[in-house]
Amino acid sequence: MTNILIFIVGFLGIVTLVQILRVSELMSAVHKQDVNEVNEKDNIFNSKMMLIVGALFLISFFWQYFEWKHLLLPEASSEHGVIIDELMTFTMLLIIFVFLITQPLLFWYSYKYRKGKGNETAYYFAHNNKLEIIWTVVPAIVLTGVILYGLSTWNKITNADVKGATVIELYAKQFNWTARYSGADNKLGSAHYKLVSPINPSGTNALGVDTRDNDVNAAWKDDIITTPVDNVVHLVKGQPVLLKFRSQDVIHSAFLPHFRVQMNCVPGMTTQFAFTPTKTTAEMKATEGEDFDYVLLCNKICGASHYNMQMKFIVETQEEYDTWMSSQKTLSEKVSTQTVITELVTQK
Amino acid sequence: MSDHHKETFITKYIFSIDHKMIAKQFLITGMLMGIVGMLMSILFRLQLSSPGEPFAILEWFGVDWNPTLDANGNVIGTPIMEGVLDPNLYLSLVTMHGTILVFWVLTAGLSGTFANFLIPLQIGARDMASGFINMLSYWFFFAATVVLLISLFVHTGPASAGWTIYPPLSAIKETIPGSGLGQDLWLIAMALFVVSSLLGGLNYIVTILNLRTKGMSMSRLPLTIWAIFITAILGVLSFPVLLSCALLLIFDRSFGTSFYLSDIIIGGEALHHTGGSPILFEHLFWFLGHPEVYIILLPALGIVSEVMSVNSRKPIFGYKAMVLALIAIAFLSFIVWGHHMFITGMDPFLGSVFTFTTLLIAIPSAVKVFNYLATLWKASIRFTPAMLFTIGFVSTFLTGGLTGLILGDSALDINVHDTYFVVGHFHIVMGLSAIYGMFAGVYHWFPKMYGRMMNKKLGYLHFWVTFICAYGVFFPMHFLGLAGLPRRYYTNSAFPMFDELTDINQLITTFAIVGGLIQFIFVFNFFYSIFKGTKATKNPWESNTLEWTTPIERMHGNWPGEIPTVYRWPYDYSKPGAEKDFIPQTEPLKEGEEEH
Repeated sequence: MTNILIFIVGFLGIVTLVQILRVSELMSAVHKQDVNEVNEKDNIFNSKMMLIVGALFLISFFWQYFEWKHLLLPEASSEHGVIIDELMTFTMLLIIFVFLITQPLLFWYSYKYRKGKGNETAYYFAHNNKLEIIWTVVPAIVLTGVILYGLSTWNKITNADVKGATVIELYAKQFNWTARYSGADNKLGSAHYKLVSPINPSGTNALGVDTRDNDVNAAWKDDIITTPVDNVVHLVKGQPVLLKFRSQDVIHSAFLPHFRVQMNCVPGMTTQFAFTPTKTTAEMKATEGEDFDYVLLCNKICGASHYNMQMKFIVETQEEYDTWMSSQKTLSEKVSTQTVITELVTQK
Repeated sequence: MSDHHKETFITKYIFSIDHKMIAKQFLITGMLMGIVGMLMSILFRLQLSSPGEPFAILEWFGVDWNPTLDANGNVIGTPIMEGVLDPNLYLSLVTMHGTILVFWVLTAGLSGTFANFLIPLQIGARDMASGFINMLSYWFFFAATVVLLISLFVHTGPASAGWTIYPPLSAIKETIPGSGLGQDLWLIAMALFVVSSLLGGLNYIVTILNLRTKGMSMSRLPLTIWAIFITAILGVLSFPVLLSCALLLIFDRSFGTSFYLSDIIIGGEALHHTGGSPILFEHLFWFLGHPEVYIILLPALGIVSEVMSVNSRKPIFGYKAMVLALIAIAFLSFIVWGHHMFITGMDPFLGSVFTFTTLLIAIPSAVKVFNYLATLWKASIRFTPAMLFTIGFVSTFLTGGLTGLILGDSALDINVHDTYFVVGHFHIVMGLSAIYGMFAGVYHWFPKMYGRMMNKKLGYLHFWVTFICAYGVFFPMHFLGLAGLPRRYYTNSAFPMFDELTDINQLITTFAIVGGLIQFIFVFNFFYSIFKGTKATKNPWESNTLEWTTPIERMHGNWPGEIPTVYRWPYDYSKPGAEKDFIPQTEPLKEGEEEH
């Protein structure tokens, strides 16, 4: 019934519109004036609209900023994040400056130079080399600055000294994350996708860590893998961390917005990102509210539950971290060593 | 060569080789696809503003769909259950919306329409170099359209890996239902589309280079033709890469190769694929993907330059600079694709190079904007609906271009990559700008296409509501992005940190619905005016270019007698010393008159 009603209303709407147009066109025949020729009235109406809508647009820009400012991400909680934020502020101010000069000019010219009294003919102005050189060179100089500033920031971030950084692996699969700490030796044991249990009968863990016990393969022993029950990544304030990413099925992306960290997790390769957290979760809760938590989001479309592929991060003091760490069981305490190795060739 | 062979209904309207009819075929197909794509966006916007709630409109679409369960009891391939959007269908809608708008509407709909329509008319040719190839170009496009539309109705749903279809998600059917038959059809449709695009593009290039009338030197070409020419070159150079990229994906999907796949476990089983890399796909895809952005944008830039000049009654400012800027943008567009991949783990040095080349594009873009402003300065603006969309274009090109400075900067991209900031950015700079250019073109050339005028009042209504709503939809998205909200999320309710963003999402959806529905006014105006619009005069906008010297009645061959000769550039508006405020290109220079 509703559908029929919607259909009838839609149909009547179209009929009405047709009739209105017919009437206006008949009127134009009566007045001997083309109804679709742009006249003085149209020019005045539209030029005024340009001014009004242009002004509203710029006002709405400020309104949105002040109304929604509190929703934006808080200041970065990492060392490199601070310099990203500085670059962001600089670039934002620059583009807002250009925006606030050029947009008003556009709407103002559209208003001022409408065809009409005092403006019947346009000024023939085909080119002007001086002006054109100015507005090519000035953007070029400004952009040189932006590029240099951007690249120096990029280099600082990507060339971060990772010596001494705690190595943690983030392993992605549809639709959850698992973390592996490198333990006391700060080295991750090697892994291979064909060792992932349960696909490999002799496999002992869900990340495919090679758990053979021999001289060259001992790094895995003190590794610690989070469990679904306690699926939280613990970090120490001020302690650099080197995240290494792997994926088991499709491309995922590890996004830690509060730390200004994002890196794709690509099946078949390992990617990494180093950073140093600067604020504990407790400190953030104090300023951002009790509900605050650092979260890891998936930011590359990965399937039906992409929107809910998350993991909590906790930044704490060294003491709190040590206490938590002492309660964790290492991989060698949890699993039996692997004796038989399948057809797999372990990659070093 | 004025061939006056008898046209039957079939040769005139269906298998036509007349460039004007082919242009209309592209336009109407593009418009219909535009409506489909737009309605999809409204469906997923409803979901985003009220996640998980049932909607009558969804029930309306999905009332007969029965959920199918797989072995684990998970629902597969159910588009809509009792009016609630399924997450897989949400991703399908997003994917198809992007695919349709990027390729079907803004590539074929925009380039196909105006390249076909304007090239012969504006350069003074009887038709395209090869009318037959031109016809094939449309029918390949039509076939692609049919295949894509069929994919909407397959059991497991249409493609759903995003319009960028990154493997392995798009390669392995167990990862998402849309990666089944829907993805195959998507790839077939895309292959057909590429063929269409190549046939069209080659024809455009050949025609522009060889069939210009006497006196129509390259430096007298209207900027529309310059833009279309450069666009065609971009397309011919980049679309084959997309084709090979898609073919390799088809191999990986169906023939067990491992171009893009390695070390994958799906459903508890290790796949045999080793040695491939999904990153290879991204490189190939974006080698087309980024020029594609300019394949979309350049024709709009051309149309806007032409329409603005005509309705400002003023030459376009800096004609040569405009052409050079087009060439510079086109050239740079080939060496910036990596800015879509800053966070794929690529070598940081490579990231630096791509940042450098990307930000350089801001220079020619800035030149264009300043030249547009200089054109408006001391103009005598006549506000036709086309002119309004032109001004709207400059506004969106500017707004969206500026945020590009943030996304193109690798260091800043880290935190806004794949967030709503990107969605806001590219919808404004590429989506809105190109669609505004398309609307401007339709309103401007409608009298030439159909010999009738579109209703101007409906045009004004269309523009103002669209302009306000479009900014209402996409401007707030920048704030969502800066709040950290990722794109392609079915709902943001899974994260408490995004709870407060619901209001913004509802605002956006409201604007989207109003802005979407107003497009039907345009569609109505378009079809009404074809049949009932007031009769157009020969040169209703008092324009200089050659198309307005053809008779009002459509004819095969464009000019009844000789092809006109060209004596001047197309932008002699309000030239001092002239009788009228426009001097058609066919008017010889007066004695002592200097050519611009």
